[in-house]
Amino acid sequence: MSTNGKPKYKVIGTRPIRHDGVDKVTGRAKYGADIRLSGLLHGIVLRSPHAHARIVRIDTSRAEALAGVRAVVTAADIPPQGDRMVELGEGAVNMRHLSANVLAHDKVLYKGHAVAAVAADNVHIAEEACKLIDVEYEVLEPVLDVLKAMLPDAPVLNDDVRTDVMGGSPAASDRPTNVARQIIFTKGDVQAGFAAADVVLEREFRTGTVHQGYIEPHNATAMWNANGKVTVWMSTQGIFTARQQTAELMRIPVADVKVVPMEIGGGFGGKISVYLPPVAAALSKKTGRPVKVIMDRSAVFEATGPTPASYIKIKLGVTRDGMITAGDAYLAYEAGAFPGSPIGPGCMCVFSCYDFPNARVEGYDVCVNKPRSNAYRAPGSTNAAFAIETVVDEVCQQLGIDPADFRLKNGAKEGVRRVDGPVYSRIGMLETVEAIKASEHYQSKLAGPNQGRGIASGYWFNIGLKSAVTATVGYDGSVTLIEGSTDIGGSRTSIAMQLAETLGITAEQVTPSVVDTDSVGYTDVTGGSRVTFATGIAAIEAARDIQRQLVIRAAELWEVDPSTVTYVDGGVSGPDGKRMTFEELAHKLPETGGPVIGNGTSGKATQAGAFGTHCVDVEVDPETGKVQVLRYTVAQDVGTAIHPSYVEGQLQGGAVQGIGWALNEEYWYDDKGSMRNATYLDYRIPTCYDVPMIDTILVEVPDPQHPYGVRGVGEVPICPPPAAIANAIAAAAGVRMKQLPMSPPRIMSAIWERDAAK
Amino acid sequence: MARVFIPAQIRDLTDGQEVVEVNGTTVREVIEGLESIHPGTRERLCRDGQLRPGLMIAVDSSVASSGLRTSINRDSEVHFLPAIGGG
Repeated sequence: MSTNGKPKYKVIGTRPIRHDGVDKVTGRAKYGADIRLSGLLHGIVLRSPHAHARIVRIDTSRAEALAGVRAVVTAADIPPQGDRMVELGEGAVNMRHLSANVLAHDKVLYKGHAVAAVAADNVHIAEEACKLIDVEYEVLEPVLDVLKAMLPDAPVLNDDVRTDVMGGSPAASDRPTNVARQIIFTKGDVQAGFAAADVVLEREFRTGTVHQGYIEPHNATAMWNANGKVTVWMSTQGIFTARQQTAELMRIPVADVKVVPMEIGGGFGGKISVYLPPVAAALSKKTGRPVKVIMDRSAVFEATGPTPASYIKIKLGVTRDGMITAGDAYLAYEAGAFPGSPIGPGCMCVFSCYDFPNARVEGYDVCVNKPRSNAYRAPGSTNAAFAIETVVDEVCQQLGIDPADFRLKNGAKEGVRRVDGPVYSRIGMLETVEAIKASEHYQSKLAGPNQGRGIASGYWFNIGLKSAVTATVGYDGSVTLIEGSTDIGGSRTSIAMQLAETLGITAEQVTPSVVDTDSVGYTDVTGGSRVTFATGIAAIEAARDIQRQLVIRAAELWEVDPSTVTYVDGGVSGPDGKRMTFEELAHKLPETGGPVIGNGTSGKATQAGAFGTHCVDVEVDPETGKVQVLRYTVAQDVGTAIHPSYVEGQLQGGAVQGIGWALNEEYWYDDKGSMRNATYLDYRIPTCYDVPMIDTILVEVPDPQHPYGVRGVGEVPICPPPAAIANAIAAAAGVRMKQLPMSPPRIMSAIWERDAAK
Repeated sequence: MARVFIPAQIRDLTDGQEVVEVNGTTVREVIEGLESIHPGTRERLCRDGQLRPGLMIAVDSSVASSGLRTSINRDSEVHFLPAIGGG
C-alpha cells in the first residue's frame, strides 16, 4: 500500500512484466557457468588449509607434469603492486592487499585463502593436479575474535598495517597492529547529557560473521588474446569496477580488458570485489586458451567476503518522559584478513534514526584470520541497529513508553544534525513509524502464550555515483535502452519505466539490455541502493535528449521553427494544432535524417537516505528455544515506488535476510580457524518454513534530488530485523538477547539464566 | 565564510575548536585556508594533493561528487567523513 498522494504518472507505479522474466523462468538466461568457448580449459584454485601461516615454499612441478594440465599459477604470476591505493568506484583500495587476497603472497591469512590455481582439460584433472602442488607452511597462531585481535600481544596478520587515526597514527605506535583504523564522532556535551538523564542504560552486544547467501557461486571465464586484449565473462555487481580491478592487478591498460556481464544469481554486496578474474586471466595468458573458474559452495563461504562479526557497546540516557539526552557507542568490526570493514558507516548509522543532542561514537576496524570482509546490504548498519534498537526498546520497557511513541518523540527528521555532522534534508523516518503505529498489525492483539511483538527502525544513506545509458528510437516506435548496471533486482525494468514515463510511451515499448564495458559509458556498481536512482536519472536524461531531437525532426516535417514545437504527453505538438504521437513521428524518422539516439549520464546527484521501521510477532518455544516468526510488517520510506512489485520484493527479501541473520546465520569456527559449517546444509538460511508472508507498507516521501522522487530501497530493510526480533523475544520470553544469531541454544541459555536469577 | 566541521581526531590541531570559519570558493581553497590558520590539518585530510583514501566530503549535507573541486557558498558547511559504499 502507499500512504500518501503523489503526482499522476502513466508508467511509474504500474507493474509491467519484467523484460528479462521469460528468459529467467524458462531457464534460458545465461549465467557465468553457462559459458562454452572453443578450447575452453577449466581452472581450480588450491586453497590454504590453515587460518594463519607463512608460506615457506611452493613446488608446482608435480602438478605441471600431470597429463592434461595446461598451466599452474601462483602469486608470482600476478605482477607486483607496490604500495598504492586505487579508486575503484565505491572507494579506494590497497592494491597490495587486493592482490594478496586473490593469490596469497608470503602468508595465508584465513582458511580457504587462494594459494595457487591450475588450468586443465577438465575440472577433475585440475582437482587432481591441485593435490600435487606441494606447499610448505609455517603454521602461525590465528586470532579469530575482534577484541582479542585488538590486544597488544595478539598475533598480527599484516606487517604493513598501522592504526589510521584520521590521516595520522598514534604516538609510539610504529609497529604492526591488527587495528587498522579508528573513527570518532562527537556532538554536544555527552557528560552533561548523561547527567540530565533519569535513566541510563549500558549494554554490550556481539554479532556473528554472516554471509550474503547469494545462490550463484562466483565465476569467471577469461580469454587473454594474442593481441594482449583480455575478455572476462563473469557474474558481477559492477562490470567497470571488475574491469578496473582486473586491469590494475594484471598491470595492463584498462582499455585492454573487456568485461561481459552474465546474469547474476544474487550479490547483495558480495560480488563487487574480484577473486577469480585475475586468476583466470593469468591462466589464460599462460595457456593461450580461455579458462573458466567456478567456486564451489565451501569456497564461497570460506574465501569470499562475509559481513563482519562485531562487538558493540551502547550507553543511552533518557529523561523520565522519554526524551533522549545522550548516547555513547563503541563499535569494533572485524575486517577479516585485510583492513576495510564497514566500520565507517556503522559509526555513522548507529545513532542515525534519532535526534541526539549529545553523543559520542568510537569505532575500530580490526583484522582477524577470517576472509576479507565485504559489503552486505547496508554494510555496517545492521550490526549497529541491533545494538541501539535493543537498548531503545529496553528503555521504553523500563519507562512504560510505547516504543513507537518513543520514536515519534525522538526520531530523526528534516533539519536534525546527525552525530557525524551533516544535517538531514527531507526524510521519512517519522512517517515509517506512523505507518507501523497505524497498521492493523500493530493494533492487533497477540493470539497466545509465549508470543511477543517488537519493533525497530533502521537507516541507510543510499549513494549516487555515476551511470550512463544510450537509448535508440526504432522506426516502429520502439526504443532500445543500453545500460551498464548489472540487473540484480529488476532494474532493467525500473530504468526502462523511467525512460518510458519521460517519453510518454509504455514500458513494453522499451527493450533494455545490460551490455559489456566496450559498449556503454562508465557506470558504477549495482550497489548502495543506487541503480534505480542514478541510472534512472541517466535514463531520464537520455529521454530528454530524444525529446529535443524529436522536436527538431517534427519541425522539419512541419516546416516550422523548432521553437514552436514542444514535446508533451507522449508526442510532439506544433502550431495550428499540429500533433504527432511518438510512434507516428518514429515512423517518419527515415525522412528526416534517420536514427535518433539519446544519451544520458548522472554523476552529480546524491540521495537523501532512507529509513524503515519493522514490526514482528514471534513465538518462543520455552522448552527448545526455537523462535517462530508469526507475522512481519515492513514500513519503509521508498521515495517513489517505480515498480511497486520490485520495491515490495526488495523489502521482503531484505527482511528475510535480516531474519536469517537474527535467528540462525553464523560462521562456526573451531579454535584453529576452520569454518565448520561451509555448506547450506549447516549454514542455515531461512526457508519458506521459517518466514511468514512479509507485509509491506510503501511510505512515499519523494527524494527531491530525483526527478520522480526515487529513493534507493534495497538496503534499509535488512537493518531492523535482528533488533525487532530481539525485542519481540524479550516481550515473549522475558529475556534480552545480546548476541546474534539468537539461535535456540542461546535462547535456552538466556531462559535458564533468567530462571536461575528468580 | 564556510563553516568547516573539524573531525574529532584532529581537533588537537585546532585548539579544540569543533567548527572553524574559513574563506574559500572550493573545498580545496577551504582546506588551504584551514591549513594557514591551523598548520598540520591539510596533511591529515589530504595526501598527494587529493583527499585521503577512505574519506569523503559532504558540503551542505550532500556528498561532494567533485571532491576537492566542489564549489562552496559563503555559508556552506563542510564535513570530512568516512567514505561509504554499499551492498
